[in-house]
Amino acid sequence: MGWYYIQGILILSGIYLMAVLGLSLLTGFTGLFSFGHAGFMAVGAYTTAAMTIKFNVPFILALLIGGLAAALVSLVIGKLTLNLKGDYFCIATLGFGEAIRLILDNVQYFGGARGWPGIPLKTGLMNVIIFNVIAVVILVNLIKSRHGRNLQAIREEEMASQIIGINVFKYKMISLAISAAYAGIAGGMLAHYTGFLQPKMFQLIKSTELTIMVIFGGLGSISGSIIGAIVLTSLPEVLRAFDRWRLVVYGASVIFIMITRPQGLMGGYEITITNIKKLISRITSLGKKKHTIGGDN
Amino acid sequence: MSAFLQQMINGLSIGSVYALMAVGYSLVYSIMNFSNFAHGGVIMIGAYMGFFLMTALELPFAVAFVLAAIGAGLLAVSLERIAYRPLRKRNAPFLYFIISAMGASIFLENIVVATIGPTFRTYPKVFSSTPFQFGQISVGRLDAIMFLISGISLMMLVYIIEKTKTGMAIKSTAYSIRASTLMGVNTDRIIFIVFGLGGVLAGIAGVLFGMKYTVYPQIGFITMKSFIAAVFGGLGSLPGAVIGSILLGVIETLTAGYFSSQYRDLIAFILLIAVLIWRPSGLMGKITEDKA
Repeated sequence: MGWYYIQGILILSGIYLMAVLGLSLLTGFTGLFSFGHAGFMAVGAYTTAAMTIKFNVPFILALLIGGLAAALVSLVIGKLTLNLKGDYFCIATLGFGEAIRLILDNVQYFGGARGWPGIPLKTGLMNVIIFNVIAVVILVNLIKSRHGRNLQAIREEEMASQIIGINVFKYKMISLAISAAYAGIAGGMLAHYTGFLQPKMFQLIKSTELTIMVIFGGLGSISGSIIGAIVLTSLPEVLRAFDRWRLVVYGASVIFIMITRPQGLMGGYEITITNIKKLISRITSLGKKKHTIGGDN
Repeated sequence: MSAFLQQMINGLSIGSVYALMAVGYSLVYSIMNFSNFAHGGVIMIGAYMGFFLMTALELPFAVAFVLAAIGAGLLAVSLERIAYRPLRKRNAPFLYFIISAMGASIFLENIVVATIGPTFRTYPKVFSSTPFQFGQISVGRLDAIMFLISGISLMMLVYIIEKTKTGMAIKSTAYSIRASTLMGVNTDRIIFIVFGLGGVLAGIAGVLFGMKYTVYPQIGFITMKSFIAAVFGGLGSLPGAVIGSILLGVIETLTAGYFSSQYRDLIAFILLIAVLIWRPSGLMGKITEDKA
């Protein structure tokens, strides 16, 4: 367990955190579920890598272009499928994610199914942290703004939001595009961390894992998503010793979470200074109460 | 022309196995309104059960076949008990069911990898490989038997649903779970039966699929295509699932035959998206209207 190894886990957690933050906006705050975010990551990853390798674009700019590409793709998908209800939007994103992967399998320009080696390693712990801090700040501000409240209104009651004049379709599109952009940037960082891209890396299971991270942390809680991403990315590493059994445990714990605590770890609460103060005062007042009741003995 | 007919026949045979799987997705969807992604895992376990009953225990094919079907049915029923019933009791939103199903499918796939291992396994030869000849067209013995068994199983399912009292209760529960409960239908029992039926068909499909190709833990992914077929035909509709599956099987073999087998999977997913865009209820799906 050298520092190098821990650093690797932290970088990987940071990369998935970026994608999870985006998905948190879509799932936790807008109430839309996607099983295609690995597809957006793939779009971002391949675009970013193409930019840095084939066009010599600087890394940061390439990442932004990757995010933009994912957002553009998501707008096309959204335009076509955001009108679908519940389950069907889910299935559409699932189909899209798989289609992207299978198309990439056949694009020889990017190495096809055999993969694309030799991508320069540019993602380090420092820039992952910086990107994530920026991403969190943007997301928190967005959620606290009027637009963010509109998104939450849509999550709570779609028809009522429509009636009070929120353009539901437009806001769903915005939410999808932003979350796709986050996923795209995450994909770009992943490409420049592993140095190798293969369509296989973006299978359906990856999208599922991202959604599971959001739900594990708690829908509608950014701090929950952060904890979810870090815990669930490092959990398989911790369980590495029982290599064969780790995914068995993973699958079983997903079912366990669903049937015992579906609101997730944070259940919509945020870790903020005021909330921590409240919690502390509640704990101390609880202690006092006990004291007075027990005072008779 | 004969090449075309040949492709059509191959497509029909694989399509009929898809139909067995797709019916399982559709049955569950029709009652519980969610896509049971753990179904692929049940199919995979069914295929493994058939394989081990035939190789390790050296049971004759017919016995192994029936036992695998029953085993898969039991597995599906216990999955419902463990992973879905607590959610159902709490009226959880459909997404929790999907996530739970995904968890179950990850669990099933990896428990097989962990205990049996990820290697590909080939079924022992049951039927001779000399094909039936009809003029220029040859039909593989296995293909013909697959088609036959699938057809008989589906007909039995149709019989149960259309002619028996239980079938009537399944149909009414699919129409409205609340009204059926009020009318004295034991919906818990109906859901139990539906999962059981889907599981038995999944076991049969698993064995047939394993005989045609090989058995390995990721079969569940292939069954994704039968899910697409179910969406294509219209989720929640049994005739839709069968027609969608046959069409998908034919389209797939034709793409593989005339373009390239690399595009076979891609075609399936593009078809899925196209159907969702133009006709989300599928060819003959139950129309889901959201009343906010």
